[in-house]
Amino acid sequence: MTALLALAPTAFMTQAQAADGLSLRMAVWTGNAKHLALLNGIADAYKAKHPEIGTITFDTIPYDNYTTTLTTQIAGGNAPDLAWILESAAPDFVGSGALLALDETLSSTAGYDFADLSPSATALWRQDGKLFAYPFSTSPYAIFANLDVLAAAGQKTPADLIAAGSWNWQTVAAEAAAVHAKSGKNGVEIRDFDYKDWTLLTTIWDGWAARPWSADGKTCALDSPDMADAMTFLHKAIFKDGAIPGPGTSGDFFAGDTAFSITQISRASLLKDGAFKWDLVPLPAGPKGSYSVIGQAGIGVFKNGQHPQDAAAFLAFLSSPENSLKLAQFFPPPRLSQLNAETLGKTNPLLSKSQLEEVVVKGITTGKVSPSHTNNAQIAQQIRASLDAAWTPEADLTAVLSGACAKIGPLLAH
Amino acid sequence: MAQDHPLPSISPDVRRSWWTPARRDHFTGYLFILPQITGLTVFVLAPLALMAWYSLNEWNVLAGTFSFVGLGNYEKLATDPALPGVLWASACFSVGLVLFNLSLALLLAVLLNQKLAGTVVFRTIFFSPVVVSLVAWAIVWRFLLQQDGGINAVLRMLSIDGPNWLRGPTTAMTSVIVVQVVKNVGLNMVLFLAALQNVPQELYEAARVDGASRWTQFFKITVPLISPTVLLTSIITVAGSLQVFAQIAVLTEGGPGTSTTVLVYYLYQQAFQFHFFGYGASLAMLLLLIVGALTYLQWSLRKAWVYDND
Repeated sequence: MTALLALAPTAFMTQAQAADGLSLRMAVWTGNAKHLALLNGIADAYKAKHPEIGTITFDTIPYDNYTTTLTTQIAGGNAPDLAWILESAAPDFVGSGALLALDETLSSTAGYDFADLSPSATALWRQDGKLFAYPFSTSPYAIFANLDVLAAAGQKTPADLIAAGSWNWQTVAAEAAAVHAKSGKNGVEIRDFDYKDWTLLTTIWDGWAARPWSADGKTCALDSPDMADAMTFLHKAIFKDGAIPGPGTSGDFFAGDTAFSITQISRASLLKDGAFKWDLVPLPAGPKGSYSVIGQAGIGVFKNGQHPQDAAAFLAFLSSPENSLKLAQFFPPPRLSQLNAETLGKTNPLLSKSQLEEVVVKGITTGKVSPSHTNNAQIAQQIRASLDAAWTPEADLTAVLSGACAKIGPLLAH
Repeated sequence: MAQDHPLPSISPDVRRSWWTPARRDHFTGYLFILPQITGLTVFVLAPLALMAWYSLNEWNVLAGTFSFVGLGNYEKLATDPALPGVLWASACFSVGLVLFNLSLALLLAVLLNQKLAGTVVFRTIFFSPVVVSLVAWAIVWRFLLQQDGGINAVLRMLSIDGPNWLRGPTTAMTSVIVVQVVKNVGLNMVLFLAALQNVPQELYEAARVDGASRWTQFFKITVPLISPTVLLTSIITVAGSLQVFAQIAVLTEGGPGTSTTVLVYYLYQQAFQFHFFGYGASLAMLLLLIVGALTYLQWSLRKAWVYDND
């Protein structure tokens, strides 16, 4: 009897755990209700098929301090089972050994079609031939244009400029400057840049074939002639022409007070019905020709999480062909079979077939990923601090750029 | 007949119980302070000891490795080229904050110590920022201080073209100091006000009879008698100034350049952004050393300028 009494709580607990099942937690940076509803819907479908899974929660961490908060959770012994990972942090996460290799789980999942994943989309997330995160979003940068603001300032539409073969940065900067001069509205915003997140400048720098470091990541290229030209263009557009709002100036394309916005197509969800006429077009050509820049985000499974194999199995379900198509309405997929206007059009009602073809499909297949590097946070901070001196009207750009190289050179070579 | 029975010998242990009133009082006293001691141990002393231990190790959070490096982090500290700039920024912030805060707090306290109508309302107004959320306060000021923000809008009405406050090295540091002073000056003001109200009025009456001017009264009577409060507020303000973080994180993120990268923000960058937790811990130990040294210095110098009633 005594033995039975002693065992009773244990038996009860075991039954309760069995009833509750395993708990999986996934860190995400979106707080968008539509995004979370979609993710929760997929999680519910998975739980229905897998009674051993009790709860799957999506833990929103604000984007601004996402990686810092995530690593703090890991340091505190509270790592999530899965997490979205920013492309800028990809080399650190993939190279650290913190993530579980996914090849075996994904390729052995029935109907997954592992070979359908685009090699270029998965390149950033591979090491030694193994895939350490699933690139759930491969989103090209593009330009949203407010056609009402352009018309009010007597400017041509992007479609007209593209048809005339003059869709390039010089023309766009001239139109933006004219909009600002005539209406007081902002010309071109580099969304989320705020004179801090310089990686977003790649969306302009690439037009001049300018990158912060060499292809092998070992040499600073901020002091290259191409970068000097790109920065001179930017500086003039900001401080002389007024084409780009200066530091400390507020504005929001989606509130209707800006002519052009450089951002990712996933921001289309911020467009309000009928607020203003708009178009989505590829990035303009630079002096070195046409180009495309893509931003990426991956989902990784933490090797030291509580249930890594269960988390990997859920990721296989989340990224299956069927669910990849559902996610495609917000996050362009890495699946070759789904990278066409017909397929993407079914889940992106806001975008026309030509917009999907020209911006999304072409952007993903030809785009270069934003720069990232091992020890990225420290390098990015050094560049941000150095470039601060460039954002004044009287800045000596040559000195600023060579100074930046002096700061990051040793870090790149390390 | 007298009986000559020897008294039984009583050992001292039996004569006096171990559980004496004095021991009972001590035990009761320890019970009273037990919650405080427990909290201090768990939340201050143990983390401090852990911090000292972490500073002797390098901890790669992502890789999950933790390796002993001895004094390696302290050698890095001694040769870190960024550290002199960080310490200079911390010193500028602390000196600016302490001077501005204490002088403004004392001025407000003297003004609000007058028997005039409306002083209670003004005391409330000046104290209210103290209870406002620090981050919310900083976010509002960030909007006010930007190029097209509220401060410059007011200046434009006066035909003044205001600077981009948070983008210039000098204006950014000044802005952060002013935002912090306005936030917390009310606390020191209340402490000064309490001290001023404890100064015996007969001393002023005697001084007036002797023909002392108001300035003389202030410097010869008021300042010496409130000097213990000046010491208290200066220790609190100096220690607090070295721990500033949220305002820097929200307003400038340490910029422009590294002009507002103070020690705690640098520590945060190293530990939580760059993942050098061991080096971050050694910076925390340096901060502890600086705060401790400054507090000891202030305490040691008190005899030279603090009025002691005893």
